Amino acid sequence: MILSRSIAKASIAAFLFSVSICFSVAANAQDGKALFSANCASCHAPHKKLTGPALAGVEARWSSKENLYSWIRNSAAFLKTGDAYANNLFNEYNKVAMNAFPTLKDAEIDAILAYVNSVPDPSKAPVGAGEGAAAAANVEADNSLLFGILTLILAVVALIMLQVNSNLKKLADDKTGQPALEPIPFWRNKAYIAMVTVVLFVVGGYLTTKGAMAYGRSQDYQPEQPIYYSHAVHAGTNQINCQYCHTGAAQGKQATIPSVNVCMNCHQAINEYKGEKMYNEAGEEVDGTAEIKKLYKYAGFEEGKPWDPSKAKPIEWVRIHNLPDHVYFNHAQHVKAGQVACQTCHGEIQKMGEVKQFSDLSMGWCVNCHRETKVQFKDNGFYSIYEKYHADLKSGKIDSTKGITVEKIGGTECQKCHY
Amino acid sequence: MEQKKHWQSFGELNQSAAFNKDVKDEFNEELPMVEDESKSFLEAKAPRRDFLKYLGFSTAAAAAAASCEMPVKKAIPFANKPEDVVPGISKYYATTYVQDGDTVSILAKVRDGRPIKIEGNDLCPITKGGTSARVQASVLDLYDTSRLRFPTIDGKEVTFEAADKAIAAQMGGNMVILTSTINSPSTKAVIAQFLAKYPGSKHVTYDAVSYSAMLLANEATYGVRGIPSYHFENAKAIVSLGADFLGTWLNPVEFSKQYATGKKLDEKNPSMSKHIHFESVASLTGSNADEKYLHRPSETLAIAAALLSAVNGTGVAGITDAKLKAGIEAAAKALNAHKGAALVVAGSNDVNVQIIVNAINNAVGAGGNTINWGVLLNTRAGVDADFAQLVADMNAGSVGTLLIHGANPAYSWFAADQFKAGLAKVKTTVSFAGKVDETAELCKFVLPDNHFLESWGDAEAKTGHFSFIQPTIYPLFKTRQWQDSLLKWSGATEDYLAYLKNFWSAKLGGVNGWDKALQDGVVALGESAKSAGSFNGAAVAGALAAVSSAKKGGKVELVLYEKVGIGAGQGASNPWLQELPDPVTRATWDNYLIVSPAMAKSLLNIDISNGGQADAYEVNPPKKVVKVTVGQKSIELPALIIPGTHPETVGIAVGYGRSEKVGKSAAGVGKNAFALASLSGASVQFVNGEVSLTLTEETYPVALTQTHSRYDTEQGNRTEVVKELSLAAYKHHPTEIREERDKELKPWGGLEKFESQGTLYPVFERPGIKWGMSVDLNTCTGCGACVVACNAENNVSVVGKPEVLRGHEMHWLRIDRYYSGDLENPNVVFQPLMCQHCDNAPCENVCPVAATNHSSEGLNQMTYNRCIGTRYCANNCPYKVRRFNWADYTGSDSFGDNQKGVVNDVVLDMNDDLTRMVLNPDVTVRARGVIEKCSFCVQRLQEGKLKAKKDSRPLSDSDVKVACQQACPTNAITFGNANSKESAITIARQENPNRQFYVLEQLHVLPGVTYLAKVRNTDDMPHHEGAEAKTEKAHG
Repeated sequence: MILSRSIAKASIAAFLFSVSICFSVAANAQDGKALFSANCASCHAPHKKLTGPALAGVEARWSSKENLYSWIRNSAAFLKTGDAYANNLFNEYNKVAMNAFPTLKDAEIDAILAYVNSVPDPSKAPVGAGEGAAAAANVEADNSLLFGILTLILAVVALIMLQVNSNLKKLADDKTGQPALEPIPFWRNKAYIAMVTVVLFVVGGYLTTKGAMAYGRSQDYQPEQPIYYSHAVHAGTNQINCQYCHTGAAQGKQATIPSVNVCMNCHQAINEYKGEKMYNEAGEEVDGTAEIKKLYKYAGFEEGKPWDPSKAKPIEWVRIHNLPDHVYFNHAQHVKAGQVACQTCHGEIQKMGEVKQFSDLSMGWCVNCHRETKVQFKDNGFYSIYEKYHADLKSGKIDSTKGITVEKIGGTECQKCHY
Repeated sequence: MEQKKHWQSFGELNQSAAFNKDVKDEFNEELPMVEDESKSFLEAKAPRRDFLKYLGFSTAAAAAAASCEMPVKKAIPFANKPEDVVPGISKYYATTYVQDGDTVSILAKVRDGRPIKIEGNDLCPITKGGTSARVQASVLDLYDTSRLRFPTIDGKEVTFEAADKAIAAQMGGNMVILTSTINSPSTKAVIAQFLAKYPGSKHVTYDAVSYSAMLLANEATYGVRGIPSYHFENAKAIVSLGADFLGTWLNPVEFSKQYATGKKLDEKNPSMSKHIHFESVASLTGSNADEKYLHRPSETLAIAAALLSAVNGTGVAGITDAKLKAGIEAAAKALNAHKGAALVVAGSNDVNVQIIVNAINNAVGAGGNTINWGVLLNTRAGVDADFAQLVADMNAGSVGTLLIHGANPAYSWFAADQFKAGLAKVKTTVSFAGKVDETAELCKFVLPDNHFLESWGDAEAKTGHFSFIQPTIYPLFKTRQWQDSLLKWSGATEDYLAYLKNFWSAKLGGVNGWDKALQDGVVALGESAKSAGSFNGAAVAGALAAVSSAKKGGKVELVLYEKVGIGAGQGASNPWLQELPDPVTRATWDNYLIVSPAMAKSLLNIDISNGGQADAYEVNPPKKVVKVTVGQKSIELPALIIPGTHPETVGIAVGYGRSEKVGKSAAGVGKNAFALASLSGASVQFVNGEVSLTLTEETYPVALTQTHSRYDTEQGNRTEVVKELSLAAYKHHPTEIREERDKELKPWGGLEKFESQGTLYPVFERPGIKWGMSVDLNTCTGCGACVVACNAENNVSVVGKPEVLRGHEMHWLRIDRYYSGDLENPNVVFQPLMCQHCDNAPCENVCPVAATNHSSEGLNQMTYNRCIGTRYCANNCPYKVRRFNWADYTGSDSFGDNQKGVVNDVVLDMNDDLTRMVLNPDVTVRARGVIEKCSFCVQRLQEGKLKAKKDSRPLSDSDVKVACQQACPTNAITFGNANSKESAITIARQENPNRQFYVLEQLHVLPGVTYLAKVRNTDDMPHHEGAEAKTEKAHG
């Protein structure tokens, strides 16, 4: 046990270290990520060829940074200069012209590039982090087992001591010549019965309450969907930005499930699956190409012919995340205003084949996060009206490491979510 | 003169036993706790054992129900998502509310494809973003279950193709298109095209409540058969002879906005317009007047003549009543003092009255200043004589085909039987009504028109001011715009949309201009300069001569009037409007006979100055039924006693007694009073000088809400919940109210330190946002637009008449009516009252489950899913604004049977899948057994904050507008972040320190709503010092 714990400690340390490295880079690439998502992500991924080439290390491939800038700002104009690398690139990607981004400044492009280079290549992903997390989970499991065993041992010891105590008392009574009472067997002993009743009541009550609260919750719900759509393939391997499909996430209440025409943006061209083998929850292999054909059926698309979007029929997905009617949840509030990563609530969606409900979506879970999460207090102009808090932060009255949490500005009040 | 004492009810006036008991109770009825205390508990209906049995069963049942498998829900995205549609985000489309000539430019809030709320269009120069109760309620009509879902021939479903074919085969003879007022230029062109195709055909305009007299008088004196634009905002002196211009007269939304401009008080430089009102039956406008005089309806002409003579300086002649004479003199004085800024309007449908009014306006220089003849108001165009001629023609058999749109004469024509008889002689009858109304029922063909929210179109409310109609939803049913039918039948190949687009593209410089106009909803073209018109006084002498020959009124006279919500019957099928308490009478779900307190004594044997009799009248909903006989016709109606009504006049609202086919909420509600009108000369008279009244033995319950939410003011020294003073008193002593407040709060630190010293609790800090509201009682006219807007925004349940009778109405916002002064002709103040969002709220600390608590933004939050229904909060609320869901009004219980026998058909109809489409998805539909109340539209606040956060900027006023504020035609409600220095609410509070007050301030509940006292433009000077001295002595 001791050995396994030391391993765990080491892996946690490694995990924390790698996280801290990530953060140090991320400070520079914070804007880059947003810019990349907004401008580039529909055609490019850092480590994967999509409509356009993989962008990691792109500066190295170009003769000069100035050429790269002008290419990004207006590729068509740059092609006319006759640059060999640019023309080769153009031909390599079926002469699909790259959109022009005349408004991007040098610094912004640098930020994008910095972000692109900061994204680790999933094919060479450091294995340590994942394992570390797993080990950390093990530690927790170990602890509860340990506590259980300890409690049991203590309970047995207490029982033995009680018996010993009563025997000793009896002996002492015998010695002083007190008339000994007939010993009462423990199953008729009122003290024992009372104790057991109380324990049963407490444990039973706890379990009943817990069970009752779990009614209507569906953590780990993973229904079968009409198409085996793998987030692992799209968001993981191909690194498609979440908001490329879930366009509503930054705008409104619903993240929105993409309509068929969004799928067909890419799948008019991508008509077969050539990636690693996929397995469903039952462990059976999934034929990705067949699943794409299912999409074509919904879209009314016949390969080789131009697609008529008016023939498309909507796909009836099974809804996984269901909040009760009396809860108001808004994606934009979290994604756009709060800058919360999708994975915080949805888990490592980029590793899921079919999606399952990661969090229990209970009120306790929401409130906990609201208690701990800091709002974008300094970055978002909305919060400038909290003058007192800004002053307190400056003067150190409010611990700046703790910062202004969602709770501090009223984020745990009833009518933030119930109205 | 003693301090002004306001009273809401007769019981309060008399301090009767029932009133004093009622103000102590929260609920109107006894709570159903123990049926009979003399019986032992076991013999009670629900003894303890049964209770335990039910408890056990329900726990088991709940556990069983909850452990069922979760249903599989589908999430179905678009097949092809339109680029500009984001599920969950509302879109606002500019369109226009059009109903029988009424025209209001609006924005329709469309959420996920469904229009769910109407907002005013700020770009419209006429309404400037104002709406009315009926405009607000119109969205519910879209989802009315009684709408006709397909075209019919003889009541049987057919397709439009089949109907077109059959009509084409039958159409012939003299053709007449009968419509209510149409002010759509393109529709007029379509009609012209149709008439050109069929020579000998004609177009007749019919208005249920017409302005014929005005049109004809204007023709006689100004040579224009039209109605000029009125500019109440330019008027310093306004005299109204029974014109309810804030409620129902011509274009009340526009007039309310203008009127409020003149009533807005600048504390530093106090001046206001002066409004003198003459009327016979209490009206909304009369209630708002500075001075009000009562007269018999038959005296209207004499009053007009006397006023003209007084204005001309020849003295008041022919008026014997001293009060009335003084009123006319005062009116003349005010008008003459403000020549060029004076305005006289009259509601009478007597040509002579209107001619004389025109003469008065000419004499006081209204033309070009307060009346603009260069821009005509097109909301009413019907002349009754034209329609009477049509009825005669129909009866003579000379009409072959009758096409009817909008008009419903089988219901609203005074001689409906003649019309029906004539209709039976017309070979081909086609109705375009959206519902099977009284006229459509008698037509062979019914080709339902789209609801305006499903339609294309345009409207020209005033000359040169165009507004546009665009669909906000695909037609729900198999309906077709009637213009399409006309175009088809006149052989046009293009449909109405193409026609409209061409029509406007030509005028607006191409398709881009058209698109822009659609987006804005309004466009102004060829605006003409203000014109005084050319007055031709030739007709005046004749009109004046008519005074002496005018018929003298009998013992009792009758006035037929329109209600703000119901109108001429268009609102009858709308449950929101039926449940909207009438501003003046505070009654819902009925029409009735309005009598004065004096007449109550003689006719009903009720002396309301007697506490016991007032209680008997007020506490019991059943009211005595009176039989009203006019000539051969008679109807029986319950009598309501309404102060401010002439002692020899009674009033009845039209618009009731509709066919049950137009909607569940219209079925069996009230009686049709149109039959009591009569045709005199060229126009229908809605007054009658000779009626007889007989008291019957019967009673009929009327659902009055005025006495449902009374509250006591005994706790402090303050006796007034509402504050009112005269302009003269205000000028004399501007800080009176403030000093009075300060004096009252002296024991707890005075105004300055009241918050911290008046309580044991600590003062909490409010960083960031503190929501606040300010209501200006000076500009609030009590019209009720806010109440309906609140219903629509917050999914407030309709409960039906039986529940209103029990005091179970659910309105989050109510408008209290206060009287003061003379019992027969009192002053009226309206006070909108919603949850005050007290910072030290008494409801919060009595909730055993903390379902209601306070937010850091100053909201008193109500959490429905936590509420267990103890109603302690309602009991402890000093303002009585909390509402309890006594029954399953929304159909949200798991067990449908819980509604059976508890709620009536109207409520069930509101729970229909179709009607539920109007629900706001951002607001929880409340279940039975929970308390609800005004939330300051928290969903809008959250949305506004998010908008600012997304843009990374501080909140601005334009981000958050609560529903009542948005709907208000007079901008009486200001709302915003009181912590911000720039916000409108902060500015409103800073600019009005003297008129500002809190309701029940002395309780130290620290309300979040401030009110600005009503200032009436009179010269009354109450001697406060004396009164106060007296009070102190008494307390001494």
